[in-house]
Amino acid sequence: MADADAGRLGGATRTDPLAHNFRMARRQTPELLRARPAKSQRRPDHLTEQRARPPIVEMRRVTKAYPGGHVALEHVSLRVDRGEFVFLVGPTGCGKTTLIKTLIRELQPTEGEVLIAGRDIGSLPDKKVPQLRRRIGTVFQDYKLLPSRNVYDNVAYALQVIGASRSEIRAKVPDALRLVGLADKVKNFPDQLSGGEQQRLSVARAFVNHPPLLLADEPTGNLDPNTSIGIMQVLYRINRTGTTVLVVTHDREMVDKMRRRVIALDQGRIVRDQAAGTYTPDDESTREFAARLRDEMGVDGERPSY
Amino acid sequence: MGRVFFFIREGVRALRRSAAPGLASIVTVCLTVLLLGVLIPVLQTTNGKTNDVRNQVGLRVFLNPDVQVTQAQLNGTGPPTAASSGGIPPADVKALEIKLAAIPHVKAVQYVDKNQALSILSDRLKAENRADITAQLPGSHNPLPASFNVTPDDLSNLSAVRSAITPPGANGQPTPISPLISDIGDSRDDASKISGATTAIRWVLAVVSALLLVASLLLVGNTIRLSIYARRREVEVMRLVGATNWFIRWPFMVEGLVCGMVGAAIAIGFLFLGKQVIVDPLANNFNLINSGHTIGFANLALVLLCVAMGVSALGSGLTLRRFLRI
Repeated sequence: MADADAGRLGGATRTDPLAHNFRMARRQTPELLRARPAKSQRRPDHLTEQRARPPIVEMRRVTKAYPGGHVALEHVSLRVDRGEFVFLVGPTGCGKTTLIKTLIRELQPTEGEVLIAGRDIGSLPDKKVPQLRRRIGTVFQDYKLLPSRNVYDNVAYALQVIGASRSEIRAKVPDALRLVGLADKVKNFPDQLSGGEQQRLSVARAFVNHPPLLLADEPTGNLDPNTSIGIMQVLYRINRTGTTVLVVTHDREMVDKMRRRVIALDQGRIVRDQAAGTYTPDDESTREFAARLRDEMGVDGERPSY
Repeated sequence: MGRVFFFIREGVRALRRSAAPGLASIVTVCLTVLLLGVLIPVLQTTNGKTNDVRNQVGLRVFLNPDVQVTQAQLNGTGPPTAASSGGIPPADVKALEIKLAAIPHVKAVQYVDKNQALSILSDRLKAENRADITAQLPGSHNPLPASFNVTPDDLSNLSAVRSAITPPGANGQPTPISPLISDIGDSRDDASKISGATTAIRWVLAVVSALLLVASLLLVGNTIRLSIYARRREVEVMRLVGATNWFIRWPFMVEGLVCGMVGAAIAIGFLFLGKQVIVDPLANNFNLINSGHTIGFANLALVLLCVAMGVSALGSGLTLRRFLRI
């Protein structure tokens, strides 16, 4: 039975030298792997056009000093182009979360400018802040789900907020849930989900609008390595649809193995910005990506079914 | 329009999902409305009664016994002959009435002729089951004098009016402004007592009702704050996904509105029950309860309902402000 399924799936992919690992992986997250949304497979052509447009994130000498004198960010300048997958790393208290908060205007920098898609968000009137946040998906370590809503409604809320019609919600929510592998748990409430599932739900909510930018603040902070890989796999898949993904983490091992751009912060300054040199080829499929990660991190595909 | 239904659905859903805070709000609103519903008619009755008492205090300006002008003659409808009015022409009495009415702080002047005085007395005696006293009066003899009831605009102006009617004469003694006046009856001690007592009652009532109102508003406000505080994380998440402040606020206000409505409806139900079972049977026997000063029950219920809904909806909206700051 499992073999038959694997065969069908194998046929759908391109060459698949790590079929064995996939079968292992499939057993854990069958939904996730069965999901093959058309969008995620289409390599977006607009990625090349976008290079000419302003970078999706640009920070110009941003400083953030908290009342009391603690300086969380000091003259941070960086730019992230559309379609990039960037890690932001650094020890606890180095200013990663502050940086993320300045991007969605939870915080206003003391000095400097933050530009999202070429627009200075510091000058954005308070009334427009919700509009900004609708264009940026956010994922947090503590999931930040609405406890009184079930899985479906949690994702739907992000659409209701922007005034989406009911038919639009009905079309988009299942897609997003399928993407993260929660299609069979739509009726569950957040407290009935495992940590990994809650985080997937939070990713689905962040992505359901297809935002051009997705921020993930320690998305795997509370999760075991294998579940973390699942989350990273989903984020990678989202990135392949053309969404820029910025992941904050202090999981060095994960970062090293992913071979993406890494920006390292320490005490509020950028100490390393290791760009594209070690990029993997673009055509690595989501599945190959996950398999490679499992391989390199020594995580066994088999795990007890808890 | 779809939005309105969405907000209503959201508000009701929040109540259904977490019934405890909603229930607390409902109970608080219910108790407050019950309190107000009892307090408002009581205050109104008391205030009305004290006003009644204050209004009844006036000066009685008694005229000479030979003033036999009747009410009808004074108004010019009776036979205006001096003979039929005991030698004093009605015009003189009329002139005195106008003079009295012109005194500052006089609100009303009412003429009571001899016959009316007698019938007032016999009515009062009859009410006390002492009708036999008037029966002893010989035939047509009426010992009661005619008088003017002079009512001041306020009880505190009573003595000013009195001294205006009897200003100090040449010898320093108070002299009436008209020879027709024989005497001025007032219950000066009574008046000052009544004045003091009613003023005190008014103050006490004002303070008590202000305290109760403040206490009940704080109670409702605090309950709402607690129920929202429990959900501040939820509000934070809503803001993160880009909900506008009003998008977050409306469901909370709908929730407040529903809580206010249910709480007030329960309280009004109890009030109605209390009115039917306790107050109405007593009203026939007790003049104090059966006074015309209170607002009708339907109006009272409507006011209470609107106030409860408004206060709890606005309370929810305002309390949220703290959590909606960007």
